[in-house]
This record gives sequence, structure tokens and C-alpha cells, in this order.
Amino acid sequence: MTIAEKILARAASRTSVKPGEVVTAKIDVAMSHENADVVLRAFREIGLDKVWDPERIVILFDHRIPAESEKTAITHQRIRNFVAEQGIEHFYDLKEGICHQVLPESGLSRPGEVMVGTDSHTTTHGAFGTFATGIGATEMAGVWATGELWFTVPASMRINVTGAFRKCVSAKDLILKVIGMLGAAGADYRSVEFRGTTITSMTIASRMVLTNLSMEMGAKVAFCIPDDKTIAYVRERTREEFTVLLPDGDAVYADEIEVDVSDLASMVACPHSVDNVKPVSEVAGARIDQALIGSCTNGRLEDLAIAAEVLYGKRVAAGVRLLVIPASRRVYLEAVQKGYVEVFLRAGGLVLNPGCGPCLGAHQGLLAPGEVCISTTNRNFKGRMGSPESSVYLASPATVACSAIAGAITEPAPGSGQ
Amino acid sequence: MEPIKGRVYKFGDDINTDVIYPGKYLSITTDREEMAKHCFETVYPAFLKDARPGDIIVAGRNFGCGSSREQAATCLRYFGIAGVVAESFARIFYRNAINLGLPVLVAPGITRVVQHGDTIVIDLEKGSVTHTRTGTTTESSRLPDFVLGILQDGGLIAHLRRSLSRGGEQGVE
Repeated sequence: MTIAEKILARAASRTSVKPGEVVTAKIDVAMSHENADVVLRAFREIGLDKVWDPERIVILFDHRIPAESEKTAITHQRIRNFVAEQGIEHFYDLKEGICHQVLPESGLSRPGEVMVGTDSHTTTHGAFGTFATGIGATEMAGVWATGELWFTVPASMRINVTGAFRKCVSAKDLILKVIGMLGAAGADYRSVEFRGTTITSMTIASRMVLTNLSMEMGAKVAFCIPDDKTIAYVRERTREEFTVLLPDGDAVYADEIEVDVSDLASMVACPHSVDNVKPVSEVAGARIDQALIGSCTNGRLEDLAIAAEVLYGKRVAAGVRLLVIPASRRVYLEAVQKGYVEVFLRAGGLVLNPGCGPCLGAHQGLLAPGEVCISTTNRNFKGRMGSPESSVYLASPATVACSAIAGAITEPAPGSGQ
Repeated sequence: MEPIKGRVYKFGDDINTDVIYPGKYLSITTDREEMAKHCFETVYPAFLKDARPGDIIVAGRNFGCGSSREQAATCLRYFGIAGVVAESFARIFYRNAINLGLPVLVAPGITRVVQHGDTIVIDLEKGSVTHTRTGTTTESSRLPDFVLGILQDGGLIAHLRRSLSRGGEQGVE
């Protein structure tokens, strides 16, 4: 069995499962952010008083923090009241950061388990060997009521990655390349396994970039196979027991793809779709108004580190707004301690509170008609970050930082920075 | 379930949930009628002028890709869209639609035979779409019985209310 099949078999108390079968799986972790408000309304409509297990429900705020409107303030208030009423302990309010960083930091993303989240980028947690996927709010109300959910066992796809990255090329460039190859629906309903020497030598944070963005090619779940690095990361953060499940040697894959990153150049997803991917060199020189470093894709310490390296002693181009949004409070604190925040401020950047920022078009840096943003986030759909007449390019932290200095889209040259 | 007849409102491939329901309205979490006022508002504003309750959306590949926002399915349902037929769906939108009682059907080839403004009949029990002018029928994959059961009950909440009151499980068997 593949890793997805093994985890679903365990969660459904079966000895084996096959792609296409429908199974009912027990849920280990059920995560929601502000849309918990939609969930709790649906939950009330079911007519139950108590959730199935308050210890398995995680709630935090990250999409619109601090509240950008009275409406959101009321949403936050209603959720806080519900959390208190139900005795939900894994509640992080608005002070910790983005769900896809806070859950791993809190030891809630564990190998071999099933996690559902009312957020499409829940696939991120597959970097820890978790079967993690996004669901809607009504479906989550069903999970809060019963602790179970039906799944069609997905067919699996294996992406073997070999080679070492050139300087300034990273996991973001790799996954953009793969999405460009496969298309926005190229992994629809699939479980994607990232395998190979490039993946095993990657940091946990870089692995999370791959599983996070796999959503943008339609993947139901995405995995990096848990190894010593994964187990060490999780053990440092939780005392909960977990069972590491690995794919069998004779597992069956519907597709296998080979990627060698040795010659991979910096990539960019051009407006207005994530699969409109080109080498940065092809669009170099395009004017920008805003540069954004952050999000559940690329707001982690290593992302801020490369950006700080590029920006050290430099100034952001006149007329360009640089926004930096650490993914979590802990990332922010470390970035302060390591001096990165000072580098961003001296360069003329603005460092915002941890959260989703303008990525989803709610607040904190939206775009006017005709404006262009280069961003480390995960979606560039028309109108996503503000005006439908604005444009968003998606790229790596190194590319975004270099572009902010130049005032135009710029390929990071090896050795750029300090 | 009774076959559903309606006028076609047609879209292309990869219609994402930011386009269906703009992010700036995500702070609307409970008022479903209000959500319905913003379907496709930013990128396809003509929809709110031209579409009518009872219309059926016909779309290309990967309809509903992107964000898991349930408002994308809710706004269509409360606008009065009678169903969505597509070459293929993104998985979260597909499940959301079923859970909200919005009929969805995968019908490969449908965008080649059906035009904007045509009238079609979708039959969920048979898994077919019939084009009333030409009489052509496009086969689709029939939904599993337990999924049809959720739609028949009007969505997951009503379905759970029924099954939990019977002391039953929501399971799939």
C-alpha cells in the first residue's frame, strides 16, 4: 500500500484499502480558523449540544487578524464563546499565527494520523506523514458531531526528485516547476508522494512548501515520507504517541514522475493562474508595486533568512512597498533575535503581525487597479489580492527580495545578497 | 430524486472559488441570502444581472478549484442555482455542494454539446444530462447511493439530523 492507503486503512480499522473504495475514517485532528463560525452554525443546526471530542478540535484565528471589521470582531467573539462553552483546549486565538505553521509547532501534525481542516492548504501537514486534507464547513460540523468522515481512497502519484539546488533556487521553484508541468488539475483527487534524495536532504520547512502548494494542482493529500528528521521534529513538540506509517516497497502508483533539480532555474507563476509557470528570466524587468514575503507557503524562518540575506544593507526600490509577514509568533520572535527584522526595517520594508495578511484579499495590503505584486504566497487568481485589474506573480523568497530591491521582477543571481 | 430542468449558464475551465465568491466577502459567515448577492461579482459581474434562479451552471474542467470556502457553494445554492454540471470538479467544492444540497454532476463532453442559454434536464438517479432542443443525452457517472441520500435529504445537516435521531451512523455502508 502507498502511505495514503496505509493511513486510511488504519483510520478505517481495515487491513487494507484500494484506490476508488469509499471508507469511513476516524479523524485524529479537526482544525478550523475564522470559518469555525460557519461550522458552529451548521453544528448547532444538527441539534447536538456537545462536540464529539474537544481534545481533537483545534481552532485559531489567522485569516483576518486583528479583526479588520466589526463583522469579523463579532465572528471572533462568537467563536471564543463557543470554545469556552465546549472546553476546546487547542485554541490559539489570534496571537500564534497561521494554522499551517502553528499546528506543526504545537506538535499537532503527526505521522500516520488523519487531519482535516476547513482550509484548502491543509495538505501542508503531509510534510509530516499526516493524511491531511481540506474540507468545507458543513462537513466539519459533521466531524465535530461524529468524529468520522467518508473518503474515497485516492490513487497515488509518485514524484521522485533528485539533484542539488543551485544557490538561490529552492523548494518553491521546484513545486512551481511541477505545477507548471502537470497543470492546475494535474493531481486532482490524487495522493502525491514526494520521494528521492532531494527531499530527504530538505529541511522540514522546505518540505512543507511542496505539500502546501500540491493543493494548487488539485491533490487531495500530499506527503513527504517521514524520516528521522520528521520524527525528531514531532517528538520535540509533543508527548502524544503516534505510529509512523511508511509506503510499502510494492505499493502501486498510478503515475510516476522524475525531476532533476540540478539545472532548475528560479521560477514564477504569472497572472492569473498558478500553473502559468515560466522561468523568472522570461519575465525579468516587469515593473512591480508591491513585494510580499510571508504566508503558509513561505513565511517560515528559512524564508525570512534568505530574504534578509538578499536585503542586508540594501534599500527597497523607490515606489515599491515591501511587506514581510512571519508565519507565526515563534517565527517572528526568532527573526527578531537573529536580526532579520532589523534588516527588513532598514531596507524600508514593513513587518506585519503573523497571519495570512493580504494573501486572500481581506486586508493588510490589497492592490489597486493596474498594480502588480510579486509574492511568496500560493494563489494569483484574478482579483484574489484586491482589484480584478491587478496582477500577482508567485515566486520564491529570494526572487521576491531581489525584485523588491530592483523595483522589477529580477532573477536572483547566485551570490546575490551579502 | 426528480429530474431537474433549467436554462444553462455556461462557464469555461478552472473557475476558482475566489472568482465564484470574492475573498472580501468572507467576513459574511452566516447570512446566506447576503452571500447570494455576491456570486461571481468581481470577475463576472454580468452573472448577477443575467442569471436567474433555476438556472443550471455548465462548466469546463476543474470547476471550484482553489480555496475551501464553503460560501462558493452556499452563494450559488441560495442564489437559486438548480445544479452544476461540469467536465470535472475540484474535490472540496464538489463535497461542499453535496453537503449543502446543491446537485452536482460530472458529465465529460458536456461543454461540447451544450451552449449558453440552452435548456437541459439533469437526472441524478440515472446519471444523465439531456439537451431538450436536440434530445441528445450525455452520460455521467452516477453518484454513490449514500451521496445521493445526502442530496435527497437537502444536504448533510438535514441528513445527519435524520440519521442521528434514528440513532444510526452517518457511515457509508
